[in-house]
Parts: sequence; structure tokens; C-alpha cells
Amino acid sequence: MLSSLGSAAGKSAKPSFVSYVTPEEIKSEKEPSRKEKHPDLLPGEVVFCSASTVLKYTQDDLSQRGVFGALLCTNFRVSFVSDEAPTEEMVRTAVTLNNGQFDRSLHRYEDKKKLITGGLVKNKYPSKIIIHCKDLRVFQFSLTFAKEEDAKKIFQGIVHHCLEPKSLRCLFAFSYCENTSYPEGIGNDSTLCFSPPEVQRKKQTVMFDSVEDWTQDMKRTKGNCRVVSENSNFELSPKLPQLFIVPTNVSDEDLTKYQGKGLPMWCWSHHSGCGLFKTASIPLVQEDNVFCRMLTAVAHNHLYSVKTEDLSDTLPTVQDIQLSYNKFKQFFLIDNTTEFWMSDMKWFSSLDNCGWLDIIRQCLQKAVEVVECLEKENTNVLIMGKDQLFEEGCILFDKGWPHILCPDILFDIYIFFTLLENVCPTMTLVTEVNSPYQPVPYTLYPHTPSLTVCLSWQAESPYTQRGPLNCLTVWDWSVQFDCKAQDLFTNPLYTEKPKQDTSVRKSYRPKHLRQLSLPSSAFKTPPKKGFFKDEADNLKKILGVKRLSRWMLSPSSDSPQTSSSVREFYEAWQTKPLDYHGLLLPCLDGPSIRVWMQRYLRWIHDVQILGGGPVAVLSKISEILGEVQELQRELDRYGCTLTSNHKGARPRAKTAAVIAARSSVRLSSSFPFVTSRNWSFKPAIPTSLLQSLMVTGMAGNLANREDDGGDPESLV
Amino acid sequence: MEKSGSIDSLGSKQSSSRQPSVDSLSSTSTSRSDRSTHAAKTPYAMSSDNVSTSTEFSPELRGRPKAVAKVLRDSNKEEPQLLPKESVQDMAKDVTYICPYIGALRGTLTVTNYRLFFRCMDREPAFVLDLPLGVVSRVEKIGGASSRGEVSYGLVCKDIRNLRFAHKQMEDSLRKSIFEILMKFAFPVSNGLPTFAFEYGQVYPENGWKVYDAQVEYKRQGLPNESWRITKVNDHYEVCDTYPSNLVVPVNIPDEELKRVAAFRAKGRIPVLSWIHPESQATVTRCSQPMVGVNGKRSKDDEKYLQAIMDANAQSHKLFIFDARPSVNAAANKMKGGGYESEDAYQNAELVFLDIHNIHVMRESLRKLKEVVYPNIEESHWLSNLESTHWLEHIKLILAGALRIADKVESGKTSVVVHCSDGWDRTAQLTSLAMLMLDGHYRTIRGFQVLLEKEWLSFGHRFQLRIGHGDKNHTDADRSPVFLQFIDCVWQITRQFPAAFEFNEYFLVTILDHMYSCLFGTFMCNKNLKLNSIQLEEFTNPLYVNYSNHVLFPVVSMRHLELWVGYYIRWNPRMRPQEPVHQRYKELLAKRAELQKRVEELQRDVTNRSASSSERAGSPTRSITPVQTFV
Repeated sequence: MLSSLGSAAGKSAKPSFVSYVTPEEIKSEKEPSRKEKHPDLLPGEVVFCSASTVLKYTQDDLSQRGVFGALLCTNFRVSFVSDEAPTEEMVRTAVTLNNGQFDRSLHRYEDKKKLITGGLVKNKYPSKIIIHCKDLRVFQFSLTFAKEEDAKKIFQGIVHHCLEPKSLRCLFAFSYCENTSYPEGIGNDSTLCFSPPEVQRKKQTVMFDSVEDWTQDMKRTKGNCRVVSENSNFELSPKLPQLFIVPTNVSDEDLTKYQGKGLPMWCWSHHSGCGLFKTASIPLVQEDNVFCRMLTAVAHNHLYSVKTEDLSDTLPTVQDIQLSYNKFKQFFLIDNTTEFWMSDMKWFSSLDNCGWLDIIRQCLQKAVEVVECLEKENTNVLIMGKDQLFEEGCILFDKGWPHILCPDILFDIYIFFTLLENVCPTMTLVTEVNSPYQPVPYTLYPHTPSLTVCLSWQAESPYTQRGPLNCLTVWDWSVQFDCKAQDLFTNPLYTEKPKQDTSVRKSYRPKHLRQLSLPSSAFKTPPKKGFFKDEADNLKKILGVKRLSRWMLSPSSDSPQTSSSVREFYEAWQTKPLDYHGLLLPCLDGPSIRVWMQRYLRWIHDVQILGGGPVAVLSKISEILGEVQELQRELDRYGCTLTSNHKGARPRAKTAAVIAARSSVRLSSSFPFVTSRNWSFKPAIPTSLLQSLMVTGMAGNLANREDDGGDPESLV
Repeated sequence: MEKSGSIDSLGSKQSSSRQPSVDSLSSTSTSRSDRSTHAAKTPYAMSSDNVSTSTEFSPELRGRPKAVAKVLRDSNKEEPQLLPKESVQDMAKDVTYICPYIGALRGTLTVTNYRLFFRCMDREPAFVLDLPLGVVSRVEKIGGASSRGEVSYGLVCKDIRNLRFAHKQMEDSLRKSIFEILMKFAFPVSNGLPTFAFEYGQVYPENGWKVYDAQVEYKRQGLPNESWRITKVNDHYEVCDTYPSNLVVPVNIPDEELKRVAAFRAKGRIPVLSWIHPESQATVTRCSQPMVGVNGKRSKDDEKYLQAIMDANAQSHKLFIFDARPSVNAAANKMKGGGYESEDAYQNAELVFLDIHNIHVMRESLRKLKEVVYPNIEESHWLSNLESTHWLEHIKLILAGALRIADKVESGKTSVVVHCSDGWDRTAQLTSLAMLMLDGHYRTIRGFQVLLEKEWLSFGHRFQLRIGHGDKNHTDADRSPVFLQFIDCVWQITRQFPAAFEFNEYFLVTILDHMYSCLFGTFMCNKNLKLNSIQLEEFTNPLYVNYSNHVLFPVVSMRHLELWVGYYIRWNPRMRPQEPVHQRYKELLAKRAELQKRVEELQRDVTNRSASSSERAGSPTRSITPVQTFV
């Protein structure tokens, strides 16, 4: 039956498509009652092909029973609509469609090369499809009961639309936004969310698409640079953003002379006045003085000090990361239980060997180094890199890091999306280390059509030359989530910055004072070798540059200096009172850097903790908060105002409490991504337990010894 | 007699008191309330042995000006505050403590018959190290006299740390070094001295209040009932000297037959009931291995007995026998007269091996773990290094075994028999963990203590041997971290079900600390368990929800198992948590309590004032009064 098939599939080296003929034992008792079933299509979404009587099943399904339904392929997604009775259908779709959200968008598919390279696909169709998604879900469909013609069509359709390279123009996002009337500002979603439009307006994300946005952000951090709008039509360079900020000492001539190459772009200003700048690395042929000029310009920003950081020397390359991530994600694309438990034995060393967590640690460490410069030494920092990604990765940290908690702060969209795939685990890992900020991870899920829009927009920014492309922003969560679901984004423990004062500037002062009051000894740094170099040194480096990709091979050997400095910085920070709105540093020691379970393990059935996991805490906290708010309201009703210092109690938390507290006992650790109502309450019992221990030959003779060697009577 | 020996020592410990920790608790709790504003690194400093932790790294602790002041005040004296019957044995000035995190510290070292106390005045605030000698596993002189004429001593501790001291060579060569004095009092058993707990205990006579009363616990489980009876056959420890006097056995097996069964089980440890499912009547029973031997000996009585255990549960016609050992080891035991039940002899029984290794493998694993985590962690291959210790793999196997037991009882409604070789190490781990999963009562502070008393102490887990209290023979092959493993497993479950346990991590750490401090018996057994309100607060999980009938099935995949940083790496100041989440929870609860009080007051006012208050009385606040029981 299915199970035997499954194990066969498990044994062979993870085939994505297995073309066995499924034995006939499974009768297609359920003739689809309604032939045409469609999910609710989005505006602009078109069904390409579909097949009915498709069996969706899991290897782990204890009942060994799949669900029949229709499999559809549209220009946006592959969708499965079950044939079950309406009530059950809801449940079923909730499972597949990720909380009622659009399921797997086409562009998240990955599959085996064999399939992409034509030939095979044309003549054959498989009886079984296994789909590995980029968000690490695995779906298994059996086409045995579908009409041959349909099966062929749907299979080829999926392969064609998911796997074959296409023009970006074909991205669904374009059809989507063309077909959505989405006026700027309030939007058409006010029906979905109950909060009044003003509130929404106020909370709206700064998109950094106007001079005002940039100016405002600069003011917020008390930066003192100039906004450049000369590139709004990509006249300076198509590679530069339309708007950016440079040090005041960069002249108009500088801007035009080198087509914008080597321009230091402002990212963030520390309250002391020093700033963080980034630049793409300068082509080697360029005369020295470009770089010197720019460096001087940066130095002028604050106290004539500048440190440069060339990321291409010190961080892994994009290829390294890709390689590592490819290995890493295989650990989560698990087809069946046996495979899962087999891989469990060598879990830690496999994790270690893929290097993913190391990359994350390196990234974080680099960010801490940069923060150290800004915070401790108050020097300007110029980050350079051929590797745009990494350069920006660090910027993201520095920029986001101290302020990640301010609800009104948003990251530079461009940077953010370029980095999504690689950095977002890093980001969230950071936040996880400082565990209260749970909601952040959720905001990073690339689940939505609008995100695709932003990505494509970024990728082909010259498009905008053809006229404004009115894309949806992912930040407007109300487009896709109702209020209840949005509540899950908020961390009930988050405390807003105390607002004794309406002025933004004031609130930064305490932090500054605190810093000044620190004993100077705590900030005494040993002379650093290695990463931060002085100007002259760096110039030499830049000119005679030779790329060193030593990082992956010997992470420890080449960075002892840096890490000891970072260590000291961390330890000094540790002694200070924790300020949630001030500087937060991640702990970089081995046990602190962990896999972000909620993201990576959420689809794997065997690791779901039923009735436990983080959601147990979350729901409890939300419940208490809800009660606190209710009591507060009660007091208000009595006309009595008790000074509340608990800012965590925000209006929305109440509803969150209601959802989460509803039945936390029955929620699984993968909530809210998977609702587990269908799962039987059975523990996952590991198969194949022992082997590894004995095989590794550990303490062979110890293992054979008796527990109590001596004569017990002789002992006290 | 072996049994009475161990019980005696336990008994005498029972009668002593946990005064020291109460002291330290109250003192630390003062500082903790000061801390509450920032309160970053919370209560690692709860037990007496850990006072050192709180102060040792006080410069690293953030934002506790008052706490620091407090430490200073306390430590202005050269000597520690002594317990009753504690006396200073030796004192040496100008001793250097070489801290792996701070560096060399020069100060005064005091040794009493209970503790080692080191104090460094040069630092601001003063540095204090205060540890009970029971924690010390080994003292050794490192190398000869150095160029500066100093001798160096290393102390290997049972709680995953090593301490290193150095001091000037004695000019008077006849005089003993303070470390020789220390060795004498650290290992009283080897030196023919009474352990401190004995002397100390006499100051505090037992007051009769007990946490654990076997009768009460059996009654809670609904025993005796129509299928199970409580037998007094072991009243004088005649049948089995490592079993308690009250045993629960199937109703239709008379005492005479029990004795014959005992003859067939190693050390007379017959199968007896540990837990009964309140609904299905499926039971967890524990015992030692059958004395099968190479010739495959059988015992009709034993076979009948197991059949009776199965018959006592009408829901299932099967019995599962869980042998904790790997099958190879179980088979090897036949050479020594032991072995396992053959399925031919036991008709309706199914035998399952749980593949948990013996105490020697576990000891070795912990040794490796210590190498990996203390004093410093090598970042680059942390996970591989961790894996190479196999520690979490063992934890996984134990948890998996317990999970299978719990699953059979809960989902399969089938009775189980659990044993290993002697039935006091792995068996205790398995039954107590399975019971923790199955029965919410054991997840309360009180219930957990009952569980330990019952499954560990009363059924003869040999703490003395496994820990080596006061014994200098640190290479003793009988030492093994069996109980530590159990507590680690409990911690793993609490991680997965953060709201299901009334106690928290600090409670578990404190239990372990007291196990080593030689006041363990004390801790477990008597009046001192009446935690005062401060202690209760420290140990209470603010998020506890009492799901009394909820069975916990933890996920035993390596993906969810973690090294218990709060225990194994607690000496490393860098690994302290960055954020006092625990504290935040408490603040939130306090806030709710405060508001509730306010609302209630106002309601009372309104009720009093208005004559027509009857509608008001049942006002909406009722509905929001929490059902749970924390405040």
C-alpha cells in the first residue's frame, strides 16, 4: 500500500518523483461530487490546469489514508481543494493553505534537475508527485486515480510553471497589482480590520520612497547628511537607489563624476553623532583620490574619525552561503518518519558540518563589531563590500539593531528584501537570543503575494522608469490577515518606549547619559588587529586587493583578536542594566546560537509538541495580559485611574489572548502555522534508536560492564 | 546490612536541617528584590552552595547596586557565617584563587568541617567563593613548587567545575597545608569522621512532618482496590532490604508466594506497583531482572505473578515488559545468573529492550561533557563536540523509553513491568519519568518531591554509592550521574511544556546542589521541605497551568533536546541569560493581582454604599477572575 511505497521512496536517494504504479487496493470510492472546484482566486489569478481525484497523503499519516481532491495550478500557486464534506474541507484547507493563507506560490518550488531538463517530462507522467517547497514543506500527491490526460497536464503544468526560468515580467505580482485597486493610504481593507483608518495611517510603514521619508529617518537619528534625489530617474546610475543620503561633504561634482561609484551612503546615525555608511567597493582602476575624497567626506561627518570594514575579506561569500543553506535545508525536507529518525542520530554534527549556524554567528559577530565601533569609540564606520549582500546585511543589523523594537521603525526595504533569504534567519535568530521579541520572526515570512511584488520591484527597478508601478506593500498585513491573525505578530511582553515626552529626541538622552557615566576602564580596548584598519592601511588593501575567502575554512584561527574584543564588549554590556530600548547585543557563544525551530521544523509532524512549545507560554501570557486589560477597563469604569506602567498591554493583545488561550492544551508547537486538529494524540516514538551508540564504538568495554561491579554487601 | 546502612544514613540526614540554604535564600532574596528592576541574572544563587555564584561574578551582574552593597556588608568579615556545629578548621592568608573567567585573585581561604570559603578583598565588590565540601570530588596537588615558591592545588568538583588555588610553600615543613586539612574534611567517610550532616542533624530534632507518606500516596492513587492490596510482607525488610515496607501487589497473590517470587528476582526486588491509571487500571510495576541464568531457569511463581499483574487490568490481555538495557547486555547478564523473561515462559508478555546504557557509560559521557563545557566552550565545533559526548543521546534514550512506557499505559491501556539489572538506576529513571508524563500531580512542587521520595529513595536508589558522599575514592566505578540524568530529563520536559510544571529550573538546580552538599537527604525528607514563601516564589513557575488530567508526551527527537545551559554551563558568566523573562512574568502577575485587589475594593465600596447593590455584586469582574491558582 501507500506505506510500502513510501518507504521505498525513502530508501532511494530522495527521489522527487517516484513512478511506481500504485497497487489497486485503494479504491476511489469517492467520486468527486462537484467536478469544478476552485480555491478563491485572487484578482488576476488564472487557473492553468487542474486534475481531479488526486490523492494527497502523508507518509506519517497514522490512518494511512489520504484525501481526495482537485489539484490546480494557477499563475500564482499550486492548490489542492479537498473533496471532503464542507466542514471537513475547511479543516483540510486550513492545513494545506497555511492558516487560510494563499498556499505555496509557484516561485517557491524547487525540484530535481532531472525534471527540469525536459525529455522525461514530455512523454511520461508519474503516478506520484512529491513537491518540496522553498519554505520547507513537503507535499505528496498520488495521480493514480486521476484521468491520465489530466494527470499529464497537471504534472507538466506544475513543472513548467514552477521550475522553468521565466521572465520576471511573468511574476504573478504584476498581474495582481494591475488587477487590484489599491489606493495609497488607507486602502480598501478597512473592513477587515476594525481599527479606525487614522490609526492605520499612523502606523503605516515608511517606504523610503520619498525625500521626506529619508529626511525624517535622518532626523529621527539626528543624522546630519544630505539627501540625494538626483538619481530619481536613474540618471546617475541604474545600480543606485532612487533616493539616498550621503555625507554633506560629498559635492555635486562627486556625484556625477564617477557615475555614483564608491559613494558612501548613509545608513544610520548614532546618538553621539557618528554615522554608519556603506559603499559598494570601488573598482580597482579608479584613482586613489576618489576613495580618499569619500573617506574624508565620511570622516567629516563626525570628529574626523573613520573606520572602514571590508566585508568581502571577512565574511563568507554568497556562494558559501548558498552552499551551506542548501545543505542545511535538506535537514528539513523530510519525506517520512523513518528518514526523520535516521537523521536524528547525527543531528548535531550534521548541523555543524553544514556551517549554517557558523555563518550566522559570523554575521552577528561582524554586526557587533560595527556596533562596537559606533557605540564605544564613536567613530564613523564605512562598510565596503563587493558583496552587496553582506555589506547590506550588516547595515541592516546596525540600523535595525538598536531600533528594531521601535514600532515605527522599519528597515530599508531594498536592503531588506535583497537579504531576505539569507539574512532573515540571522535576524530572527538575534531576536531569539533576546527571546522576548517573538513577533519579529513572523514579519519575516515571505508568504505573500505582495512580497513578491516588492522583490520584483527591487530586482528590476528600472521598470519604474516606465511609470509608477503601484505595488502592494507586504507591511500592510490587513490585506492578507485579519485582526486575529495579526495579533499573533505582537509580542505580549514587549514594552513600548516610555512616553513621558512627545519629542523623539528626548527619549534618546538617557541612553547617552548612561553611556557617558560608564567607567572608562570598561571601554578600554586593546589595540585591534585585523578587521578595522586605519585609512592608509586600507587604501593599500583596496588597491592591491586580493580576495581572501579563508573564512569558511578556519573560522577560529584568523579571528582570535576580533573575537576577544567583541567578547569584552559583550561582557561590558552585560554588566550594565538592560535597556530594552537601548543597545541589545546577542550572545555569540556556542550554545546560544541555535536553530530557529519555529521556522524550520514547523511542517514536520514528528517534532510537533502537542500542548507545548512556545505557544503555551505565549497563550498564557496573552491571557494574563487580557485579564490585566480587562481589570484596567473595569477600574476605568469606576472612574479611577491607576497609573499603569505596563505598556505591554496594548489594545490588540486582548484578542490575541482570546485566540491563543482558547485551547492552548490542544495547540501544538507549530501553531499558528499548522493547526493540528486532525492529528491523533499519539506520541512520536523514535524508530531505530540504538545503533549509533554502539557503532561509534564509544567505551566499548564500559558498555559491557555490570552496573555494580563490586559485591554490594561490602559497601556501606 | 546494606539496606539498613543506606537507610540509616538517609534517616539521619532526614533529621538534620536545611538551615544553611534557608539563610542563603533569605539573604539572596533580599538582593533579588533589589534586583527586580533590572534583575538580569536571576536566582542561580539560591542554595547554599551557590552563594558563591551570586557573588563570584557580582561585577558581571548588571544593575544591582544594592545587591552589591549587601554582598560587601556580608563579606566584611573574614570568616563565613557558620552553621550550628560548624567549626573553622584552618585558615590561610595570601591564597590565590585562579578563576578561569576573572583571573587570579588573592585572598583568604577558610576551611570548616562543612565548607570552603574564599574571600578576596582587593576587588570591588569583594569576591566570595563559598562551597560545601560535599561538592568536592578530588583534591590534587598540581606540580611542584613554582619559581615563586608557590604550590598549586586543583579541586575537581561534582557540579561541573574545577577550582584552582595556589599558595606559598609552608616554611615550617611540618605544618600541614590547608589543602591537606581540606582533604580530611572533604572526605570524612574515608577519614573515619562523621559527615557533617550527622553532627548538624542533632541540633534539629525531627519534628515529624513528612512530605512523603506511602499510605497517603497509595490512597491518592485509589489503592488498595479490588485488584491490588498493600502487603506488609516486607515490614522488617526480610523479603527485600532495598524496598520500602509498604508494597502494593496483586490481590490474589499471598505473601508466601511473594517470597518465592523474591527468590527468583535479583536482590529480592519483586515486581510491585508504582502507579495505576485512574481510569483504565493499567499499571506501572517495577522490579529487578529475573534470575534466569545460562540454563534458562524458570519460576512458576514468577510467571503466575506477572500473569496476575496482567489480569489486574481488564482492559488489556497483554503485558509489556520493558527491559531498560540493551539486549546484548541483558543477554550477557545470563552469565551471572541474571537475564530477562523469555516470551515462551511468559505467555502473554511482550519483551521490549530500551537500549539504555549502564552507569559506566553514563559516567564517561558526563566526563566528556565537562571537558567540552568547562571552563570555556570552543565555538567553532560546539555541536560536534557536544554530540561526541553522547550525553544528549543518552538523555534521548531515557526519555524515549519513558515515553514508550507512558504511551503503552495511556494509549494502549496496557500494564507494564519495568526493570533493568537491579532495578534501582535505570528503572527508577524510567518509572519516575513515565509517571511524570502520566500524572499531573507529580508536576507540582509537592508532588515532585513525593515522586522522588517514592521512586528514588524508598525504592533504594543508591545515592551514597552513585555520588560518593564524603568518599575520596573518586575513581570508584560505582559513581554515576544517574540522578542528574533524571533531573536533566525532567528539565527537557519542562522546556517542551513550559506551562505544565509548577516548579521551575531553579528548583531542579537546587535539588542537584543539595544532593552534592551532603544535605540531600535533608532536603528531600522532612520539615525543611516546608518551603517558606520566599523559597516557594523562587521555585514557582509563574506560568503554571494546572492541567491535571493532561498527559504529556514530549518529543524525544534530538531536534528538541538541548544542553541544559543553566546547569552545566552556569559557571560561565557569559552564558547568563540576557534578559530576565522570568521576572517579567512575575511583574505581570503582580500587576494583575494589584488590579484585582483594586477592583475588588472598589466593588466592595460600591456595594457598601449603595442599597441596591445586589445587581452589582455579580458584576463582570467575576468572569475575569482567574481560574488558575497562581496568585
